[in-house]
Amino acid sequence: MCFDVAIRRRLGGADLAFEFRAGAGLTALFGPSGAGKTSILNMVAGLLRPDRGKIAVAGKILFDSAAGIDLPPEQRRIGYVFQDGRLFPHMRVRANLLYGERFAAPENRWINLDEAASFLGISHLLSRWPRTLSGGEAQRVAIGRALLSGPRFLLMDEPLSSLDMARRDEIMCVIERIRDELEVPMLYVSHDRREIERLASTIVDLQGSPTACGSTGTFAEISPARRAS
Amino acid sequence: MILLAPDDWAIVQLSLKVGTVAVAVTLPPAFALAWLLARGRFPGRLLLDGLVHLPLVLPPVVTGWLLLLAFGTNGPAGRWFAQWLGITFMFRWTGAALAAAVMALPLMVRAIRLSIEAIDPKLEGAAKTLGARPAWVFGTITLPLSLPGILAGAVLGFARSIGEFGATITFVSNIPGETRTLPIAIYTALQVPGRDADVMRLALFSIALCLPALIASELLARRTVPGRGDHVL
Repeated sequence: MCFDVAIRRRLGGADLAFEFRAGAGLTALFGPSGAGKTSILNMVAGLLRPDRGKIAVAGKILFDSAAGIDLPPEQRRIGYVFQDGRLFPHMRVRANLLYGERFAAPENRWINLDEAASFLGISHLLSRWPRTLSGGEAQRVAIGRALLSGPRFLLMDEPLSSLDMARRDEIMCVIERIRDELEVPMLYVSHDRREIERLASTIVDLQGSPTACGSTGTFAEISPARRAS
Repeated sequence: MILLAPDDWAIVQLSLKVGTVAVAVTLPPAFALAWLLARGRFPGRLLLDGLVHLPLVLPPVVTGWLLLLAFGTNGPAGRWFAQWLGITFMFRWTGAALAAAVMALPLMVRAIRLSIEAIDPKLEGAAKTLGARPAWVFGTITLPLSLPGILAGAVLGFARSIGEFGATITFVSNIPGETRTLPIAIYTALQVPGRDADVMRLALFSIALCLPALIASELLARRTVPGRGDHVL
């Protein structure tokens, strides 16, 4: 199994419990806002600490409360594409793209700047400042920055939500190519059913969110669901 | 046309030296304090905040007297500095720089803190996910993004140091060539009848030194916190 996650975390008065296993390809976490989708990504990334549980990706344990394992984010080799791009405002596009590359060991780099830039169609943007980019351009740069850090897998948090329809389609094509051509496992968060039906190899349905119930001590019942094709 | 007399030049030079040294020495601890106050969650944060700002509201004479107790020849800190670093403060320009540093500290901490608080911690999180260790995140994200605040704080602290009077004269007295900075020279000239022209000249120097610094610091602070229109003062 590529993603093997079983975690618990108290958040905002609700006890969130998540458990899912998923294979290669793109695993979509689907559910309404407030279901804890972003929290899952942050816990996989190491930005948020689960209270207990276990997270393993492609056979490597990233977090295991029982064994006392908690790798810091910089050692997890993740490529995290955030909802809002989160480009570094004081660096040009080229410096943004290359930010993570220097931390990756040479044998872990599987794409270089030129390849990533032409793959994403951002070669003409390299000397621009992030604030001058359109939403779609910024999101492609954010994806490129994540790819260049030599990640073993990608986390994507609603990467299309700030884009208009035309741009959405453009980024979805990029994500499909990452899934099929580069074959990078992805954990993808969205609340848009059509988006997920197009992109996902596996869908993890987070319906019946525990925060929506409002009471403490309720757990999300999550079962991995194979995509019906 | 105003020309600098040799005496005036010595006074201005001393003031510039005192201001520069005060700011240079204060900048690292001011940044550390600003970072602690902006990001730290620890018991006693409010107390630390209060202590840092105390020189801003305390009568400068009291600050000077406290410095005298601590850093005087027989003060605990004064003895330590003399013994281990060979630095004495009493009646010396180093003492004037120390007094200026203490008085400038709150303004510098405020300016730097504003810019640190304006940094989105999510950017630092993003840098971590890209593989940057905490020291790298600090050096490539936190520090450059707070640079406008650091510059604003330095300029503002410098202007404040140039204008420091009460704590300085209490702590290290009024010694020509050693502790007689611009404001103290003005005060001295005011004590003697018929030196109005000197007072006027020195006052104009003060304005010429401080006004550009203040404007520069406001411009930098606005760059730090876009749209908030916050004042550093």
